[in-house]
Amino acid sequence: MPQPALIELKSVSKDYTIGDETLHALANVSLSIKPGEFIAITGPSGSGKSTLANIIGGLDKPDSGSVEVEGADLAKAGDRQLSVYRNKHIGFVFQAFNLQPTYTALENVMLPLVLAGAGGKERKARAQECLNDVGLADRMSHRPTQLSGGQRQRVSIARALANKPSIIIADEPTGNLDSAKGREIMTLLAGLNKQGITLIIITHDMEVAKQASRVLSIHDGAVKEGRS
Amino acid sequence: MRLIDIFTTASGNMFRSKLRTTLTIVAIFIGSFTLTLTSGLGTGISSYIDKQVGNLGGKDVLIVQPIGQGPGSDSGPKAYDPAKKTSATAFGTTTTALTDSDITKIKSVSGIRSVEPNFVVVTDYIVGPNGKKYQVSANPYVSGTKVELATGDQVSNDVSERQALLPVDYVPALGFANNEAVVGKSVTLGVTDGNGKQHQITAALKGVQQKGLTNSGGMNTNEALTQEIYRTQSLGLPKAVTNNYQALLAKFDANASPGQITHLKDELKKKGYAAKTIEDQIGTFKAVISGIIAVLNAFAVIALLAASFGIINTLLMSVQERTKEIGLMKAMGMGGGRIFLLFSTEAVLLGFWGSLIGVGVAEVVGRVANHIVTTTFLKDLPGLQLLTFPPISILAIMGLVMGIALLAGTLPATRAARQSPIDSLRYE
Repeated sequence: MPQPALIELKSVSKDYTIGDETLHALANVSLSIKPGEFIAITGPSGSGKSTLANIIGGLDKPDSGSVEVEGADLAKAGDRQLSVYRNKHIGFVFQAFNLQPTYTALENVMLPLVLAGAGGKERKARAQECLNDVGLADRMSHRPTQLSGGQRQRVSIARALANKPSIIIADEPTGNLDSAKGREIMTLLAGLNKQGITLIIITHDMEVAKQASRVLSIHDGAVKEGRS
Repeated sequence: MRLIDIFTTASGNMFRSKLRTTLTIVAIFIGSFTLTLTSGLGTGISSYIDKQVGNLGGKDVLIVQPIGQGPGSDSGPKAYDPAKKTSATAFGTTTTALTDSDITKIKSVSGIRSVEPNFVVVTDYIVGPNGKKYQVSANPYVSGTKVELATGDQVSNDVSERQALLPVDYVPALGFANNEAVVGKSVTLGVTDGNGKQHQITAALKGVQQKGLTNSGGMNTNEALTQEIYRTQSLGLPKAVTNNYQALLAKFDANASPGQITHLKDELKKKGYAAKTIEDQIGTFKAVISGIIAVLNAFAVIALLAASFGIINTLLMSVQERTKEIGLMKAMGMGGGRIFLLFSTEAVLLGFWGSLIGVGVAEVVGRVANHIVTTTFLKDLPGLQLLTFPPISILAIMGLVMGIALLAGTLPATRAARQSPIDSLRYE
């Protein structure tokens, strides 16, 4: 019996208008992702890969089509439902880390827990656990400026893990790192995938894409399986 | 996100740009400080006037005069009527006089309990233990009045003893050692009769009266004393003059409602009398003061409105600076409603701190000002608190300022709440 899909996109289209030119970021995309998959989305810049990730992550809504995640249709969800979805089910990892410069590593990881309404003790304990998992047990009270690029990305991964998401979406997670640090981060992310988290990585780095179990390439809004 | 977390986050965010936040708070402070002072001044003066009106007593007294006489009459010039008498009294004013028949007429109005003449009495001098003579004026005491006393008791209109209250600045002048030495002693008053002959009347002193707005230095005399002075000054005058009164005091039920009082006034008007309560008489004065205070308050509110643009500006800049952070918060699951609440809370906190400091400093300044004023040029008005700050109006001012801040925060908060998370995250 085939495993049921975690994420199911049906005929999803999304257009952007820049000036008087219409850009088809996604054109009639249908796609199914199973739990625990490790997916790399590749394609040239402006091809629509970020749009796809944003729609799966509940940051953006399609113009048409449906996006079902664990049976709920994100295309029809309101701001509140999408916020809860992003908080509980998704962990975002950004190229530029997007850490709060005035907060310590621990406080940065606690943020999603604060937003989830967790109590003081619980959020601290969980944030410590997450920082421990990414190997930063000794850097908890450091601010981002006191950390290296690789360590900052580890903090942002720990933050993505805080609410035990089922999906992690990483947009060029190694883009701001040298290759050695980039490999370390990929090993960390791959390890999380092995623990059962569905991992979606947007990248144009073929070395990164190679590690994925499935590669989707986008060209002018159209999705193809496998490397382009 | 829990409300307590929104509150602490907003508190923390507020002081990220310390100088900007401080300047905005200063602007709010100036507005709330001014508003607190002006409203404190309004409350202080009104409560002092009310106290003085209380001194005049007679919440149950109507001052009755023939229509077309006395302050505030609006009936225009009157045609001369030879049937109406005028009273040419010792003090030289010519007014349409009231006589004993008027007393009977007014007594017949239902609701009027008693009517007594408002005697105008004139004394030449007062003399005490040291034998020095001083000029003095006499105010007939109205029953129920609470004259502010430095010591002793009120005089009584129900006794045959001739009693008086001595104004406080006569105590040393007449040769009394102190206020307490006055009570139980007597003084002599000089009164000139209609033939120009001077008589002496002895009065027992019941207490020492403070100065106030409404008893401008005159000594309060009880009915027995007033009548004796009146009888003496009327000696040798024709009866047609002595039995004429400038005004009558009509008493009614002390628990009468404003509607009932109006009805009484209308009834008296029908009979040709203008009747005013003591509050009516002082009302004009109060209206002028209230008008001035209202204008001052309006200026303070304008200052607050100016400050509210400071709040809008501060928060708009804050939203702009934190665009990326807002995007991140949204990506991590903070809804538009919570973002709105976060920025609104910051606005209210700005209002809270500004108004708290404003109100606090105004209270300190008010106390100092009260002290200076009541010990220097207004020291003759005991009981005067130029600036009073009842807790309820302090809370109302803080509520108003925070309300204005909340409104001012709406625009920036809406802008923050509506930001697209994708654009915000890309913002550099």
